[in-house]
Amino acid sequence: MRIIKIKTNQIIVCLVFSVITVQAFSQSPTQLLDAVDKNLSADSRIVESTMVVHGKRNNRTMTSKSYTEGTAKSFSEYLSPARDKGTKMLKLEKELWLYSPSTDRTILISGHMLRQSVMGSDLSYEDVMDDRKLTETYNAELSGEEEVDGRPCWVLSLKAKVDDVAYDAQKIWIDRERLVPLRQELYAKSGQMLKRILLSDVRQIDGRWFPMQMNYKDVLKEGDGTDYIITKIEFNKPIPAYIFSKAGLKQ
Amino acid sequence: MLLLKTAFKNILGGGMRTWLNVAVLSFTFVIIVWFNGITDGWVQESRQETIAWETGDGQFWMPEYDRYDVFTLPDAHAPIPNGYREGMAKGDLMPVLVVQGTVYPGGGRVMNIQLKGIPAGQTAVKLPTQGLADREEISALVGKRMARSAGLQEGDYVMVRWRDRWGAFDARQIRIAGVFDSKVPAVDTGQLWLDIEDLQQMTGMDGEATYLILSVGTEVPVDSGWVFKSLAYLTADLDEMLAANRIEMVILFIILLSVALLAVFDTQTLSIFRRQKEIGTYVALGMTQKRVATLFTLEGTAYSLLAIVVGAIWGTPVLLWQAKVGMPMPDLIEETGIAIGNVIYPIYTFTAILWTILVIVFSSALISYWPARKITKQNIVLSLKGKIL
Repeated sequence: MRIIKIKTNQIIVCLVFSVITVQAFSQSPTQLLDAVDKNLSADSRIVESTMVVHGKRNNRTMTSKSYTEGTAKSFSEYLSPARDKGTKMLKLEKELWLYSPSTDRTILISGHMLRQSVMGSDLSYEDVMDDRKLTETYNAELSGEEEVDGRPCWVLSLKAKVDDVAYDAQKIWIDRERLVPLRQELYAKSGQMLKRILLSDVRQIDGRWFPMQMNYKDVLKEGDGTDYIITKIEFNKPIPAYIFSKAGLKQ
Repeated sequence: MLLLKTAFKNILGGGMRTWLNVAVLSFTFVIIVWFNGITDGWVQESRQETIAWETGDGQFWMPEYDRYDVFTLPDAHAPIPNGYREGMAKGDLMPVLVVQGTVYPGGGRVMNIQLKGIPAGQTAVKLPTQGLADREEISALVGKRMARSAGLQEGDYVMVRWRDRWGAFDARQIRIAGVFDSKVPAVDTGQLWLDIEDLQQMTGMDGEATYLILSVGTEVPVDSGWVFKSLAYLTADLDEMLAANRIEMVILFIILLSVALLAVFDTQTLSIFRRQKEIGTYVALGMTQKRVATLFTLEGTAYSLLAIVVGAIWGTPVLLWQAKVGMPMPDLIEETGIAIGNVIYPIYTFTAILWTILVIVFSSALISYWPARKITKQNIVLSLKGKIL
């Protein structure tokens, strides 16, 4: 009887292990990436967020509300602090417009200005501009399994499959259970790491898992990076067309 | 001639009053010549240094490039047209590729810069590019201003980030092969100079350039599609700056000359007031009132002539000494973005000196005539009696 019990236990362990293994390898790296895209992307998004820029001497906190439609249209308005209140950014395809209430002017951010940081953060305007799906821009390869914050992750190595992508390679740690990235490393062509993103506070919203807190770190710069904390997010809500118009920037 | 001799005799008899006027006028004369010399010296040196370090005898720009508009830079690269290849082979034309980049000099600092590629063996400009010939690793030259602002020294490694032609980021450590000392900030501030082959490879822009520099003394090749920018165009900023500077100089000269001429005017007015009987005597002896007025005008003018002689005597050694040792400029002047050296050596041109002499003599004559013209309306009988005009 005891022998039978041990055998039963062994069989259960083997079965569980097999299920996990089959599940892991039943999803190709591309499918994993596609699952990540499905979690992170939406037809439209309305986000209220707080950005904390960790400086050398002090931290700066900004709150904003942004509207995104697909990958081509995006609008953000800064709500606080008073100094930045009313500053608006509008992305339309490849163009990025910035409205500053202090000067009451709308300017096109392009050329070298795109490399400037957004509000002194570790994010550049270029980073804000490029939010295409990972499956559209990268080929993926499974390179291992690791734990991030105690959660088992698949580690994927991504290599750009299109020329016009900002980062030639990425390494991405995907939560095995929830299929969201918990860590991302962005690399230059030379293999030099440029940025690191830590994603946490993963919550289930409207049937999808989504990281509510991110820390962006430009590894070439000193400091603790920039925290991006989502306080409220809504998916696939209709957004009025006027939000994405240049005329709307001055309103 | 008689009038001139009399005029000189009269003013020499004036004693201390005359020599005070002469001293003030001669000081003004020397200062104006010196100031003109400094300006001409600076302009000439700036022009020569700009040609030697930056512009050459002209440049061919690829059509999308505009050095005054950084927004053009992402698209300002193209394959070099075949028509320029012969000139490049002869060393008459040197290609330069310009790409935007970011440098991380340490201490948490980030600087937006321009990466400029030029052949390591070039001779078109004075940049010491031989130091870039090392093929083992990517190396760069920086000017002393850039080195100072980024805290870089020869042999240092600095992290540089840029985007290739498709927009993908790349970054790596680049060795500083040397720090050059140029008076031209346009080749120094916010720039890293690399071997053009390295930069072309780094950015995927093989065989491409942004502009070509025409070596000094070579003929302008046949137009092959890129836009020729003449030396006059490339140094137009310098000319405009000079024109603005000339206005400031004129204001200064007017102030200086006004002070000196005020002394002459005072002397002349006092002279006519005090020499009433002398004026009456001249007329009684047969001189017309007009000739007497001319005599007094010549006396005023003679101050300036005497001042020029005196100024030449004491000013020549001073100005020559200044031309030899130059005028040191403060260190901060390098940060102004103007092509200017640590020391400015004045250049005195014959034209500038002649103009200064003419201006001083003419204005002295004018200011002397002003009070002297009253003599023509004078009642001679009253004058002989010593009555005031």
